Amino acid sequence: MVRVEFLGPIQKEPMELDINNLQELAVVLQEDKELSEWLQNSAVAVNDTLVSSLDIKLKDGDKISLLPPVCGG
Amino acid sequence: MLELYNGALDVPEILARWYKEEAQSNYGAYIPFVGTVRSEDGIDGLSFDIYEPILESWFALWQQKAQERGAIIKMAHSRGDVMLHESSYIAAVFSPKRRVALEFIDKFVEDFKASAPIWKYDLIDGKRVYAKDRSTAIEGSGILGEKQ
Repeated sequence: MVRVEFLGPIQKEPMELDINNLQELAVVLQEDKELSEWLQNSAVAVNDTLVSSLDIKLKDGDKISLLPPVCGG
Repeated sequence: MLELYNGALDVPEILARWYKEEAQSNYGAYIPFVGTVRSEDGIDGLSFDIYEPILESWFALWQQKAQERGAIIKMAHSRGDVMLHESSYIAAVFSPKRRVALEFIDKFVEDFKASAPIWKYDLIDGKRVYAKDRSTAIEGSGILGEKQ
């Protein structure tokens, strides 16, 4: 199982999913209409490291974070 | 050095303490930037969420870049609510000569705005409203929205 966390203004509880890679995560999350805009503008981190491709395998216990547009300061 | 606080920053304390910390370090330049909440669009203040693990790794990379130029960076930011005319952000660069510090503070603050995992909300009538129009998608965003 991997844990998916939605950060900042994405008002969604964390999910526990039985998936093997980020492509599978994309398929699962794209079924959720409330997430469609966030998927277009959020960055993705695996175990707190930002990734730039979905070509990443996942293993049991991994943490995936969605980071929507930021504005510090 | 990265400092996170609940609520507004105590700007005089932080700037004076940083000054003292480096007073004997032989830096010729200390350039701080202080971000203060302005009254605009009827807001009562701002509020912030921070994702600390990635903020820390982002900051560590910048600290490394600064050190390669003989400089150091210090930064303080607020979590939660910061009201009008209070401050939520301080960044400062210390370097042997002014030119490096002036260049670094500009690049650092620009990348902070574009990349640091911090989310801003307007406080309006006691509610937090995500500052969507003022926010920037982190580089590489959108990959989960690609059709599979």
